[in-house]
Amino acid sequence: MRVDPRLSQRIAKTLLWAMTILTVAVLVFIIFFVLRKGLPALDLDFLTRNPVDMGKGGGIFSTIIGTIVLTALAILIATPLGVGTAIYLTEYTWENTVTRVIRFGAECLAGIPSIIFGLFGFILFVTKLGFGWSILSGALTLAFMILPTIIRTSEEAIKSVPAAYRQVSFSLGGTKWQTVTRVVLPSAVPGIVTGIILSVGRSIGETAAVIFTAGSALRIPTSLFSSSRTMSVHFYILAREGISMSRAYGTAAVLVIAILLVNIATYYLMNRFIRRYS
Amino acid sequence: MRREEPVGSVAIRVSRFSHYFGAEQTLAELDLDINRNEILGIIGPARSGKSTFLCALNRLNDLVRGSRVEGRIEIDGRNIYDADVDVIELRRKLGTVFATPIPLPRSILENVAFGPRMAGVRDRVRLDEVVRDSLEKAGLWEEVKDRLDTSGLKLSGGQQQRLCLARILALKPEFILLDEPTSGLDPISTMKIEDSLRKLKKDYTIILVTNNTKQAARVADRTAFFLNGGLIEIGPTAGIFTAPADKRTDDYLRGRFG
Repeated sequence: MRVDPRLSQRIAKTLLWAMTILTVAVLVFIIFFVLRKGLPALDLDFLTRNPVDMGKGGGIFSTIIGTIVLTALAILIATPLGVGTAIYLTEYTWENTVTRVIRFGAECLAGIPSIIFGLFGFILFVTKLGFGWSILSGALTLAFMILPTIIRTSEEAIKSVPAAYRQVSFSLGGTKWQTVTRVVLPSAVPGIVTGIILSVGRSIGETAAVIFTAGSALRIPTSLFSSSRTMSVHFYILAREGISMSRAYGTAAVLVIAILLVNIATYYLMNRFIRRYS
Repeated sequence: MRREEPVGSVAIRVSRFSHYFGAEQTLAELDLDINRNEILGIIGPARSGKSTFLCALNRLNDLVRGSRVEGRIEIDGRNIYDADVDVIELRRKLGTVFATPIPLPRSILENVAFGPRMAGVRDRVRLDEVVRDSLEKAGLWEEVKDRLDTSGLKLSGGQQQRLCLARILALKPEFILLDEPTSGLDPISTMKIEDSLRKLKKDYTIILVTNNTKQAARVADRTAFFLNGGLIEIGPTAGIFTAPADKRTDDYLRGRFG
């Protein structure tokens, strides 16, 4: 029996529509839930004061600072490494066994649970290299964790730059490096930035890899070697130890809003950038 | 800088030149001379090796995996495939316009200034001069002089192609290579490009690959007919079109194949 194509089209459309609605609904529900539970705890004091009494009182200022510093440092370490690797893989070598192994390795790295990264970071950076529980150990660990994402998205972005642009640049007497920096990268920036935003999100939200490497000190970090607590870790500890659920949700609300703001700001900047280059 | 060579002397000498992509031979033992300040038209059916030949001259084929050559191509008496040849310098000497106009996603000004900038020119005044001069030679200046800051992508197809021509003129090349430059353009845009070429002949040696045999008849001083990677015949355009020496040339021109 053959289904009437008009009928199958209607069914498909309804199904796809339902899937989209479901996805959006779940997302909205989570955000709404976190904000409803968390917003009552939010006020200026909560944002600007340091935690008191293990987090029972006070605010979350030091954890906000910890999160920003740790994430920024991780991105600063991972972006040049990741983008550099992607440039090498796409522009500087032909596809061969070595590149396939590198790519396969990066993909495997992406699938490893973050707690394994935490353990790895703890053994290598915290103990072996003697960095202790510190911003530095945490940022290095996070950098390794987000590296595969940055490599992958950068590679896709670079590959999607039309081959004709490269041909034009070479035909005008450009060297490979000039071609990469003046033609390929400007066109690939939106894609690369998308990967970086994803990584920022992951870093801000990461708990397992951070708690093992950056520790959970509540002071404001004063150097790369200070231990520091991020918002995610703070949330985890507050909720896990039952210290204060309202403050835990307050922290979660700040996290969600922060990630939202990062996204909005980046897309705004990126649109301006794209307009300038096309 | 350009040397003063007598008009009509040999500028490029191709001898027993073959090209391969992997195991496939794409150009077979070519022998031809290209004279200074002439427009050499290259005609032939699809996959006859016309474009590969152009990309052998500017060594863009090098960028393709498995590309390999035999024989010599001499420019000013030097084999361009010698190990010590500066490929960057070579490509500046041979400006290339491709079939589809490909403005880079930048302003008109920055498109034209792109080559000189890569060559290290920073001086604003000099860049502006080069941009104006190149756009004038390409016959585009009057149309764009008031909007040099708008994106090159916003121009019409014909204007984009003249922008690409201006972009290579900014390099002050000796040779202009054109790979079916008007294949996607309307008749008026085509005419404008052809007019520019006739004027440019005075200062440049032009190699024009075209699918449109009538275009070769209109602008080329000499015409070469390529087939299956080989050169079938080359000679003054009038001769090729009225009394070709080879039957295959005749067949192609009469539209019996290709």
